[in-house]
Amino acid sequence: MSDYQTNFGSLNHFQKGGVQAIADDPKNYAFSNIFEVASHAAPFERIAVAQNFEYVVEVSRAEGRSPWYSADHDEMVICMDGVVEINLVQPDAAIVAAGTQGAVQLKTQPSGRKMGRIVLGRGHMALLPKSAAYGFQAEKPSVLMIQTLKGAATVEKWADICQTTSS
Amino acid sequence: MPKTNIQPEKPAPAAPAISSFGPDNVTGYRSFQAGGFEFSRDEYFAHIVWPKGTHVVPIDQFLRSMIRAIAWNFFYGTINFDAVFGTVNHYGTVDMFAGRFNDAYVNGGLDYSEVFDSDALMTIFKDVAADWTNEGFDPFAAPQETGTAWGRKRDENPTALGRQRITARRMIGLPGDAELRTDDNGYPVNRMFKDVVQDAPLVEAKPGFEGEVQAFNLFAYLSRSDVTWNPSVCSVVGDSLFCPTSEEYILPIEHGNDRVEWFIQLSDEIIWDVKDRDSGHPRARVTMRAGDVAAMPADIRHQGFAPKRSMLLVWENASSEIPKLIAAGKARVTAVDF
Repeated sequence: MSDYQTNFGSLNHFQKGGVQAIADDPKNYAFSNIFEVASHAAPFERIAVAQNFEYVVEVSRAEGRSPWYSADHDEMVICMDGVVEINLVQPDAAIVAAGTQGAVQLKTQPSGRKMGRIVLGRGHMALLPKSAAYGFQAEKPSVLMIQTLKGAATVEKWADICQTTSS
Repeated sequence: MPKTNIQPEKPAPAAPAISSFGPDNVTGYRSFQAGGFEFSRDEYFAHIVWPKGTHVVPIDQFLRSMIRAIAWNFFYGTINFDAVFGTVNHYGTVDMFAGRFNDAYVNGGLDYSEVFDSDALMTIFKDVAADWTNEGFDPFAAPQETGTAWGRKRDENPTALGRQRITARRMIGLPGDAELRTDDNGYPVNRMFKDVVQDAPLVEAKPGFEGEVQAFNLFAYLSRSDVTWNPSVCSVVGDSLFCPTSEEYILPIEHGNDRVEWFIQLSDEIIWDVKDRDSGHPRARVTMRAGDVAAMPADIRHQGFAPKRSMLLVWENASSEIPKLIAAGKARVTAVDF
């Protein structure tokens, strides 16, 4: 048995740090916590917690069955808490216009060939391939972090999620 | 407008002379010269001489900093070995400086900087690291996991210095991409991560989609890292690079940003001292615990302190245009406005 305990945090138990300003504005650090953001989110809201020009990192509370999404570029997803199933479909026809940035929410599951399914536990990372359609499913509230571009599905609420005064 | 003293030294001189001398009859170490800079070491310290001054750095700190400059190919922006000496990457050329980002040196007129071809300076950095790193000292390892850097010259440690930084082209574990870490390929679970679950995601790919339906255990992968403060690339979306790393003790350098970078704390805790990039004056202390997310502005330098080995996801935008945009005042130095 290890003498050391690794703390990953979870929806039910996280201990947030913070910015102690010395000669700066805490807002410059856009400080937030993934689990806190997910704890206040609607299921499958894709909330940006980090942005660098056109790229974002989104956090999503996985609970129940998600809408279907697709993107014209690869995305990556990490399960930060819980268990999340991903179903992947190769659409019969392109459903996201070439050059579109970010994930696009689809109205229904697209027709096409089933590519497979993945079940992620905590710390697992999966590829969401370019042009594939995908849907998430989680029996219990779980947390996803998605490496993608800012797009139509991205929700920005920086003032609500970020630290604004010195801790 | 951002400050601009990370602009390259101009005009670029002809290739500065680079050479080495020795070895010393007592310590056994060689000395080196790059342009106006001279480097020598004794049993405890690296000594740096430049036309306007001299400097001393504890040899363990110097070698830990230098090996990261080598592994990262001078990285993004500025690598401050300490408050005086370091490098600025211009992606093809590198400025080596003393006192350039230190108010007292600048105000006293003691700051000095020279521009080098990146490959030429890299060659001498590798020579210094090879000659000065003794067998038993691994500058990538946590202090509890390696011997010391002290003493007279013993055998060298090419194995520790020869590590290749892992850079996935798309995602770790994909066919033909960077490999997962296992016991069999020389990556046992670290002593501080023995409790990290080593399971694998369930992956059921239909025929023909085996190369696209892929997943792996990132936390298990990080638990097997044999280095500290050495980000590797685990996934790529255009210029967006997820660069996770395991951290223990102190980031040897103060990294001066030339672009915004983001930290996502995956496990445990890191405390960051944040200073002004140019003057070195303190600006903030950022404590990050599991799940915390923070941006490091493009006009700061930062140094991390990890009481226990932890997992950190460094998120970079690798676009080569960003430093130019920021230096020209065409892009902000903070990540988001709200």
